[in-house]
Amino acid sequence: MAIAVSQKAIPYLKALVHITALYPLVNLYYQAISDRLGADPVEVVIHFTGIGALNLLLISLLISPAAKFFKIGALIQFRRMIGLYAFVYALCHILNFLSFEVQFDLQLFIDEVFERPYITVGMTAFLLLTALAVTSIAKIRRKMKKNWQTLHNFTYLIALLGVVHFYWSVKSEIIEPLIYVGLYAILMGFRHQKVQGWRKKRPQ
Amino acid sequence: MLIKSTNRSDSKESDVTDEKIYLNRREIVRNMGFLGAGTLLSTSAAASVFDLFGDDTPPALFKQTNLEFTPDKPFAEELTPEEKTITHNNFYEFGAQKHQPAELAQGFKVDPWQLKISGEVEKPFTLDYDDLYSSFDLEERIYRLRCVEAWSMVVPWIGFSLADLVKKAKPTSKAKYLAFETLYDPKQMPGQRNRRLGGGIDYPYLEGLRMDEAMNPLAIMSVGLYGKTLPPQNGAPIRLVVPWKYGFKSIKSVVGIKFVEKQPPTTWNILAANEYGFYANVNPDVDHPRWSQASERRITTGGIFAQNRIATLPFNGYGDQVAGLYKGMNLRKLY
Repeated sequence: MAIAVSQKAIPYLKALVHITALYPLVNLYYQAISDRLGADPVEVVIHFTGIGALNLLLISLLISPAAKFFKIGALIQFRRMIGLYAFVYALCHILNFLSFEVQFDLQLFIDEVFERPYITVGMTAFLLLTALAVTSIAKIRRKMKKNWQTLHNFTYLIALLGVVHFYWSVKSEIIEPLIYVGLYAILMGFRHQKVQGWRKKRPQ
Repeated sequence: MLIKSTNRSDSKESDVTDEKIYLNRREIVRNMGFLGAGTLLSTSAAASVFDLFGDDTPPALFKQTNLEFTPDKPFAEELTPEEKTITHNNFYEFGAQKHQPAELAQGFKVDPWQLKISGEVEKPFTLDYDDLYSSFDLEERIYRLRCVEAWSMVVPWIGFSLADLVKKAKPTSKAKYLAFETLYDPKQMPGQRNRRLGGGIDYPYLEGLRMDEAMNPLAIMSVGLYGKTLPPQNGAPIRLVVPWKYGFKSIKSVVGIKFVEKQPPTTWNILAANEYGFYANVNPDVDHPRWSQASERRITTGGIFAQNRIATLPFNGYGDQVAGLYKGMNLRKLY
């Protein structure tokens, strides 16, 4: 049975998503500035926004399989905003690193990005995600026609790079990153037909 | 004939939750992972949203007592506030996130305690809980603490010279190294029961020093900080402090010091030898493979804007006292 969501309800639901996504971020910085995030607020804001970006990215990947499975077409209308919030969290993650961790030492920032493989991987994911965020503007999307979908399929690579970045960043606590590897595998499993389709298209 | 009719509301034996499960209910829920949102859950920023499963009644604080000691000279650098030193801890036995040990270790029992000195010594001995505070002269030592993760603190420790302990044991000519061991007590240390909480490292935690490092006057066995006995999250009741080495060398809650002939295995070195060496001397010229060690963030007062990035000094600024120990050694290889 398809679940119909009234178009009238959509703006309210969207407002709810905005609040759910923004509130933790506002609260995070409020607590960080007022020194209520423990002894090292820098580490907390970096980890919180990083994990937040990854969670939002995975949620955005869950939307189309969920919409199909539960037959809730309206869900698709939330995919763009969730993807964009993933970008906002990722942007905060990097700005946190630049401003609070390396404290605007640009040489150190650049060195870290190029010399540390896990940061290189994370930065690659962020640059790709930026391309998706920019091209999510409706006008640009229309202009790009078929290329838009090709570009936005990179979201699967971005999520993979994000998971690798997380796994690679920890000292020994690999269980949580491994949970993300599993979640990513499940989300890609929903798309096995699409992925196999790409394989077949490739010239032998 | 008696026909026993049961009411739908009566509980059967099988309906009763096992007491063990009931008592551990919070931990079980925590360990379910929540789709990996554990990190989100446990930060206070998200606490208001996700408080449903949080344990919001903190257990009674561990009782610290005041110590008598010889105070140190004033230190030129600003001390890290006590509140930060005792809430920002890497002590995976009580959780791999830095705020966890302060939360999960408050019920830790340190009395009775036994620290066994053994191995290649003429006079092996054991220090009981009271002996930790009475066997040697206690003095304050204000030291920089440099974590391998590139943050640092300044902590007023109270303790006694490790060299005094070594002398008391009278090591034999075979004693070349000291092997330290943390308490192994999964009942008390949740990180030892649960791999996720414990950061996936094998316990007990092991560390080691070369004999001449242990004899250096800077090396102390600490039993207190900020004028009081150590709280559990900082390694109660007794821990090593070697300020010229990365923090992970300064092993906590020590139950054994064994004098040995060969270089002993050490926990982080076993886990990732390419990242953590046996010596682990603070060295701005040798980066961790995944981050720079050239500078550090000093944790003092204030919020997010008050974090100060400063240059890391060779041997954490204690080169005058310890550089001689490593003469002729290639510290790029023996990091």
